[in-house]
Amino acid sequence: MPKITYNTHDNKTHSIDVQNGLTVMEGAIQNDIPGIDADCGGGMSCATCHVYVNEEWLDKLPEKEDGEEDMLDMAFEPKKNSRLSCQLIVSDTLDGLVVNIPSKQG
Amino acid sequence: MIKTDVVIIGAGPTGLFCAHQLGIIGLTCEIVDNLDKAGGQCIELYPDKPIYDIPAIPECTGEELTNNLLKQIKPFNINFHLNQRVEELKKVNHRWHVKTNDNKEFDVASIVIAGGVGSFEPRKFSVKECEKFEGNSLFYSVKDKKIFKNKTISIFGGGDSALDWAIELSNTSKVNLIHRRDGFSGMEASVQKVKALSEQGKINLYTKYQMESVSGKNKIDAIKIKHDEGEVKEIKSDYVLGFFGLIMQLGPILDWGLNIDKKKVEVNTENFETNINGIFAIGDICSYPGKLKLILSGFHEGALAARGCFKYAKPDEKLRFEFTTTSKTAQERLGIKND
Repeated sequence: MPKITYNTHDNKTHSIDVQNGLTVMEGAIQNDIPGIDADCGGGMSCATCHVYVNEEWLDKLPEKEDGEEDMLDMAFEPKKNSRLSCQLIVSDTLDGLVVNIPSKQG
Repeated sequence: MIKTDVVIIGAGPTGLFCAHQLGIIGLTCEIVDNLDKAGGQCIELYPDKPIYDIPAIPECTGEELTNNLLKQIKPFNINFHLNQRVEELKKVNHRWHVKTNDNKEFDVASIVIAGGVGSFEPRKFSVKECEKFEGNSLFYSVKDKKIFKNKTISIFGGGDSALDWAIELSNTSKVNLIHRRDGFSGMEASVQKVKALSEQGKINLYTKYQMESVSGKNKIDAIKIKHDEGEVKEIKSDYVLGFFGLIMQLGPILDWGLNIDKKKVEVNTENFETNINGIFAIGDICSYPGKLKLILSGFHEGALAARGCFKYAKPDEKLRFEFTTTSKTAQERLGIKND
């Protein structure tokens, strides 16, 4: 199973095996990783599953849809490497992905 | 104090349908919601987006679903108390006293929390000093636009609210519009208008900038904004407006002694009552093994919670199961005239 690493804001690192087909958001929720709220449940309509993706992964991820970029306007402290983790579907090509969770979601 | 059988917290689809189910079994209710209109997430997050999984409705938008539910509960003449949220619950003998932050008070037999993921509140700037100026020179909504006349206003955001206010205030004020990227999520016509106004020098447009800091003594007099590439600009500003949409906050619900796990209220699946007798929770806010966050699940939960409310509202009566197709009583309650 692909390994996804979640760095939380309190400097803890959680490396989790996440099943192919789940989203990076679902991987966090199912494993009780703190800091990802996912209030809307994955509908790209709340921006509370916002993560910062490590630089080296940025161009390996699927491109953002317009809707994701629009929602990121609403996120807490969005940056260039911001993504909504509900839009990142885990597959073998994402094995080793590192995401950093912001200090808060709203 | 308003006396009724049930107060429903939340006017989303689940709360609206629960009101219908209460009406059918002869109970009265009032609905409280923090938004300025009914519909909850359907109307606030995705009014124009299609929904494909409402049973027997192949496709409808959030707005259509809300309007249909409102039509369905029309016979019951239910009162809505909008723009306010429930702050306090107090048990008084066998009933509950419920108070909103607008000082509305209800005397009810039971309470149904259909609060979704909490009440919608504006998203705020992440810069700490902004709190100090909130309500005097920094706002997340416009209540009185007259105060902005002949002043310098810095507006943040890229959605319709930010664009609309930038356009409108540019008639009477000096407007800076600051947004984190070149693209805007607002309507294309508004985007074009803002760009035209910017070319005419009526709006100062700063894209790829975000708030860095605010300064001023009692009120804001300047802000610093930072470009993606690191460059910082200081701009004079009398007022700051931030339009970053809404976020859902559980708020006072956390203080009512309910069993809460991961921002969800635990319920039993027999009648969706919480650990506190007389308080029910339905829809996205409730949790139980197998919970699906679907509107259709919310409808089911509301139907059962309504029946659960019956024993508190009418302890001496027995509720008989009836179909609306054949029940004269239910049809009378729906205002249907049979010959």
